[in-house]
Amino acid sequence: MMVSSPASREATLIQEEVIPLNARKRPSWGRLAGGIAALVFAVWVAYTLFMAPNIHWDIVVDFFLDGPVLEGLGVTIALSVISMVAGVLIGLLVAVMQLSPNKVMRYVAGAYSWFFRGTPLLVQLLFWFNLGIIFPRLELGIPFGGPKLFGVEASIITPFIAGLLGLAINEGAYMSQIIRAGILAVDPGQREAAEAMGMPRRNIMLRVVLPQAMRIILPPTGNQFISMLKTTSLVSIIAGADLLTVVQRIYLGNFEVISMLIVASIWYLLLTTIATIGQYFLEKRYSKGFDASITVKSKVIKNLALPGQRKKTTP
Amino acid sequence: MTGPIVQTQAVRKSFGTNEILKGISLSVEPGEVICIIGPSGSGKTTLLRCLNQLEKIDSGRIHVNGELLGYIEQPDGSLMERSYESLRQQRQRIGMVFQRFNLFPHMTALENVVEGPWRIKKQGKAAATAVATELLAKVGLSERENHYPGQLSGGQQQRVAIARALAMEPSLMLFDEPTSALDPELVGEVLTVMKRLAQTGMTMVVVTHEMEFAKTVADRVIFMADGVIVEQGTPQEVLQNPVHQRTRDFLSRVA
Repeated sequence: MMVSSPASREATLIQEEVIPLNARKRPSWGRLAGGIAALVFAVWVAYTLFMAPNIHWDIVVDFFLDGPVLEGLGVTIALSVISMVAGVLIGLLVAVMQLSPNKVMRYVAGAYSWFFRGTPLLVQLLFWFNLGIIFPRLELGIPFGGPKLFGVEASIITPFIAGLLGLAINEGAYMSQIIRAGILAVDPGQREAAEAMGMPRRNIMLRVVLPQAMRIILPPTGNQFISMLKTTSLVSIIAGADLLTVVQRIYLGNFEVISMLIVASIWYLLLTTIATIGQYFLEKRYSKGFDASITVKSKVIKNLALPGQRKKTTP
Repeated sequence: MTGPIVQTQAVRKSFGTNEILKGISLSVEPGEVICIIGPSGSGKTTLLRCLNQLEKIDSGRIHVNGELLGYIEQPDGSLMERSYESLRQQRQRIGMVFQRFNLFPHMTALENVVEGPWRIKKQGKAAATAVATELLAKVGLSERENHYPGQLSGGQQQRVAIARALAMEPSLMLFDEPTSALDPELVGEVLTVMKRLAQTGMTMVVVTHEMEFAKTVADRVIFMADGVIVEQGTPQEVLQNPVHQRTRDFLSRVA
């Protein structure tokens, strides 16, 4: 039996020569035909819209930066941002309550989610707007008939306040479920390690669990915010002075219904686009330590790339 | 300190109807290195987790650093559960190293080690960073300070975890199968760090399957099976001349 020498064994392990593949890409006629069809369809839709006789693009342009429209836009942004922030805070509180060992807390939190996710937001908005019918005076004091410390007339519930209450409290119910899922997704070993070090409870939540839960929480939260930007249009039912309310008022005067709705739609599209970009950067920030390949340099380069471009490089 | 660092008396613990610990009495002297060996399901990990109250015991007493762990003795002799605040003060002096490292993945190696002295012991960030830098150097990871756990090998992660525990300046270190989740070629670097730690006089309780480590580093080896301590003694006694048949069976299987 022949035993190969170490030198010849090495030679078989390392093949110095490079054999290029240079294979041609297989053409895909079906995909090409599909692409052309989709392109033709898109151009046709755009053309039809642009040339439609009853869409007055000059009106769209005239009203795009109109004073009242911009004010309505401001209300929409304010409603979205404040409701979302409040919704996240309520959601965090309710999520922690739902995960608490205290049964009463769990039931109260569960009932809140159940009620506000189980009734239509439109109904909730109408309810908050008409709160004065049930409680003409809103008072704060010792419950069950004790002395009152502070009270206001229900007339302080303006459409804006009613909108905020409805949107924030409704959002809190959805956010509580998103945050709860995020907290539950963090490895229990993380909490144990923190407890074993003697970490205060507050720090365990704020420095160990939540930063990791953020990775799970952020994508659906971004979704919620994008949805919220448009859901605010529901407050038009209670004369909320938001973007939709304003354009409705304008077209009731000038009868340019479609043109005015296009003005509003373009603004909603712009807002959601900005929110999407913001979401992308937030998600990057909380992926710290979870993408092993990230070095400082590649981090910068990746951040510069748009979401769509990035997908291609990391399928 | 005079007296043992750890003293357990008749510790019992069940999960449901399954009794995992059936009366464990054990004491660990300052500077002693104890290796607990035994088949899986013998209760050795549960015992270790009881020593810092990650598991609550059903009956018995555990004293660590001379204090009753997890409870306060009332003047009338009854026991009252400690508040989380009081328990965490006790835990700060008990370091724990986990099988799966459990480093905080969103923090760099340095940030993991700084967290304890900075945020828990309130030493100030500069002082805490100095402590952490020195400890990472001691476990041979100065070059990896700014790496996230996901960028480190298992052996490196476990060494960071040891540094993180040491940063709290514990009087006792607990190791829960610290090398069981590692690739074979990475076990040595972790055991070397642990051996050096033992030489500095640290009191250590190590649950392990590394017989060679137990033989060369341990002052005392404890063999557990079915929730009881079957036998204990010097590594020579337990590993070379076991008295009990169960010990002999176990050793012949792992050898």
